[in-house]
Amino acid sequence: MDQHDPDDHDHQEIPSDPALRVKALESLLVEKGLVDPLALDAIIDTYEHRVGPRNGAQIVARAWTDADYRRRLLADATAAIAELGFAGRQGEHMVAVENSATVHNLVVCTLCSCYPWAVLGLPPAWYKSDAYRSRAVIDPRGTLREFGLAIGDDVEVRVWDSTAEIRYLVVPERPPGTDGMDRDQLAALVTRDAMIGVAKVAAPADRGAR
Amino acid sequence: MNGVHDMGGMEGLGAIGYERDEPIFHAPWEARALAITLAMGAWGKWNLDASRHQRELIPGPLYLSISYYERWIEALGRLMVKAGLVTEGELAGGHPAPGAPKATPALTAERVAPMLRRGGPTIRDVPATRRFAVGDAVRARNINPAGHTRLPRYARGCAGTIARVHGVHVFPDSNAHFQGEQPQYLYSVRFAGRELWGDRAGPRDAVYIDLWDSHLEPG
Repeated sequence: MDQHDPDDHDHQEIPSDPALRVKALESLLVEKGLVDPLALDAIIDTYEHRVGPRNGAQIVARAWTDADYRRRLLADATAAIAELGFAGRQGEHMVAVENSATVHNLVVCTLCSCYPWAVLGLPPAWYKSDAYRSRAVIDPRGTLREFGLAIGDDVEVRVWDSTAEIRYLVVPERPPGTDGMDRDQLAALVTRDAMIGVAKVAAPADRGAR
Repeated sequence: MNGVHDMGGMEGLGAIGYERDEPIFHAPWEARALAITLAMGAWGKWNLDASRHQRELIPGPLYLSISYYERWIEALGRLMVKAGLVTEGELAGGHPAPGAPKATPALTAERVAPMLRRGGPTIRDVPATRRFAVGDAVRARNINPAGHTRLPRYARGCAGTIARVHGVHVFPDSNAHFQGEQPQYLYSVRFAGRELWGDRAGPRDAVYIDLWDSHLEPG
């Protein structure tokens, strides 16, 4: 398979098929007793089925409907989020930033791909893309336009570059036409993208449009 | 290090590639790559900062040509070899060396939920000097370390204002090199868009960057 000169010891060479490479790696580590495949299954199950953006949506819906909770969330997000039972890896230290008529918040990690796993699950591929990581800080308005979101000149755009272990959750604006909705109905409106800051939460009438 | 990973402010790096109804993993191997990386971390042979730095050490042209989870797997291989958990030959051949001892996995399925639930808090309850308060004018130092740093290039030398004080946190720039946690105050610093990008930026816009005491000097 690998016919190159033994002196040409390029450790960075990548086999063309990452699927084969990862399969071989897992089998080596299992044979050596370094990983338990059942533990791998449990990790995957956590992020496929247990931890995801529905967590964040519950936080936002609670903040929209409970003024005291909103205050606690903005003052100490880690504690307020723990009240709802969410905590842990890549969400150890949380800060909530609130959108309004005058401020729009956007979250990025320019140096790697830091993201609030505990409340939003694993990041989407676009969040980890080199294009988003590089451009969100220099051209946030242009970046948002690519997501179909135009921000007025009278609104201040705040970009949060996640360079430490602080994870940012955007609290989007509550859309009009939702006065009679209960917390679960509201949570169903809140999207992952709105909690990163690349979308607004659409009013129910807009969502219903076919 | 001034690597390609430090890409804030660059352009021409392709499309954002938004995908509607994106799956959590695009192929089963991505899920295994994530899980293997987390499970190997449970051996405690390296820390999160060291693993980030290992990804930064992937040569730039390769880094830009491979996908996210390929970067993870590439860096994991290096970390395991450096830590003595696997040998170069085992990694290349895919089988344990003859006579290699068999370990007992550090992470079992029952321990996954508590491990993920606990996470890895970086706040430390130790005394540290708090040099700045909210509202203080500061400047990001113009440093260009050869090793790991969380001070992005695009902010170096720029003036900002302390927006929040996050408390005393592990300092990744030392921790990544196993030179101790050196806990120090961590701040959210507000940089005006115009300070970072000149007229290109909107007049009201700003970028907030989390920076440690060692990254800052009085403004």
